[in-house]
Amino acid sequence: MLEHWFTGQLGLGLAQAGVAALAALVVVLLARRRQIHLESETAIALVRGLVQIVAVGFLLVFLLKGPEWTSVFLLAAMIVAAGMTSAKRAKGMPGARSVSIISIACGAGSVIAIMTWLGVIATPITSLIPVGSMLIANAMNTNGLALNRFRSEVLAHIGEVETALALGADPAQSVSHYSQSTFESSLIPAIDSLRSLGIVWIPGLMAGMLLSGASPLYSAIYQFVVLSMIFAASGLTSLISTVLMRAQVFSANEQLVLRPVMDKR
Amino acid sequence: MTESSTPAAPSATGPILRAEHLGRRIGDVVLVEDVSFELPRAEILAIVGPSGSGKSSLLRLLNRLDEPTQGTVYLQGVDYRQLAPRELRRKIGMVTQRAFLFPGTVADNVRFGPRQRGVSLPQDQINKLLTDVGLAGYVDRDISNLSGGEAQRVSVARALANDPVVLLLDEPTSALDESAKLVVESMILRVVRDSKLTCVIVTHDTQQATRFAERALVLDHGHVTKIGSVQEVLRA
Repeated sequence: MLEHWFTGQLGLGLAQAGVAALAALVVVLLARRRQIHLESETAIALVRGLVQIVAVGFLLVFLLKGPEWTSVFLLAAMIVAAGMTSAKRAKGMPGARSVSIISIACGAGSVIAIMTWLGVIATPITSLIPVGSMLIANAMNTNGLALNRFRSEVLAHIGEVETALALGADPAQSVSHYSQSTFESSLIPAIDSLRSLGIVWIPGLMAGMLLSGASPLYSAIYQFVVLSMIFAASGLTSLISTVLMRAQVFSANEQLVLRPVMDKR
Repeated sequence: MTESSTPAAPSATGPILRAEHLGRRIGDVVLVEDVSFELPRAEILAIVGPSGSGKSSLLRLLNRLDEPTQGTVYLQGVDYRQLAPRELRRKIGMVTQRAFLFPGTVADNVRFGPRQRGVSLPQDQINKLLTDVGLAGYVDRDISNLSGGEAQRVSVARALANDPVVLLLDEPTSALDESAKLVVESMILRVVRDSKLTCVIVTHDTQQATRFAERALVLDHGHVTKIGSVQEVLRA
């Protein structure tokens, strides 16, 4: 319907973005009726997302003409931004920002580096940046889920954790159960993506490859490759994140320092 | 981890537990201020005071679950900052208001403390501990099938399994119903006296303090307002 009203590509794109954002805002209004207030957070995220992706689009056009090594800096910047974004999911969590950046850098960064070295990801910026960003974005989501879950679990079980400490357990042992459940739950989206691949959804990368004339079989296999890399990057990020978070919530004298944000004890 | 790598040997004489100018502040908020007392072997000290007076905060300083911002504690003559926190907490057991049992069986819970230092508690010792707290035959019972009173008995047995030299009791019966309260209280009192354990009990119930302790320490807004024999302090 929109293509009848908007003949120019830019106009059509903005109209499509507007309609898609409207769908998101309808959800926000429905949530508001149930006393769940996501208005400002969603509005900011939508505007920010649009501005960022358009800016990156322009940047990519510029970078595509540059040398391949510039992608290293772009990926590093993405990792830092991803770390800072997912750290916001753990208010009151000591060191959440550094934990997130290190976890995503080690988790997604190492998978990108190894896969590029092995030739699974091609080195031209046009390949490395889109595929790398997918790995980083998914690692960011996993890390955000892990931070949030770990914080909630520990806060909900302060009594159990301190009882274990009071009985002579080391900090790692006192939260081991919550670290395990955090790791498992943070990987649910990545596992579900792999499980439903091709049945529930045909990912954008595969669709893009098909549209650009790649062989359907290779497109399908490469999509599997990307999702497997996403799983590896997310899993490694979550694994590192849960270990680092564990260290952050205890003092050097093995005291639990994580408290609810409002708690002044 | 600790502030000295060469901890002194425990003293055979003198008080088992000595708090010296102990305090904790968070910013401008005083939780506990300048608390000093000595506790000889096998003595029971009651810490009493209104809600928010700092009773539980003081207890948490005694096993270093929280870090003092002032003063220190000597356990058997050794500054507790010289002990590894895990070793200190093994020696200073704690029973809290709620049992906070770990998933599994009663025996799993009793084994928990010794297992942390690689010790496998023999079955006869588990049986003895459970008999002492009135739970003979409960070894393989899943903790989800326990009443509040039974769960608190397990938490006492679990704390005693570490063979502590001091036992901290933080309102151990306040979360129980009236019928269980007196039964659990008399069980704890019997176990503590039989094993000649040095003990600190936090309670808001002055009657309970009288039944338990020889001496009482009254806290108000984190400050000691009275300390002395339980009769003098609580009947004044």
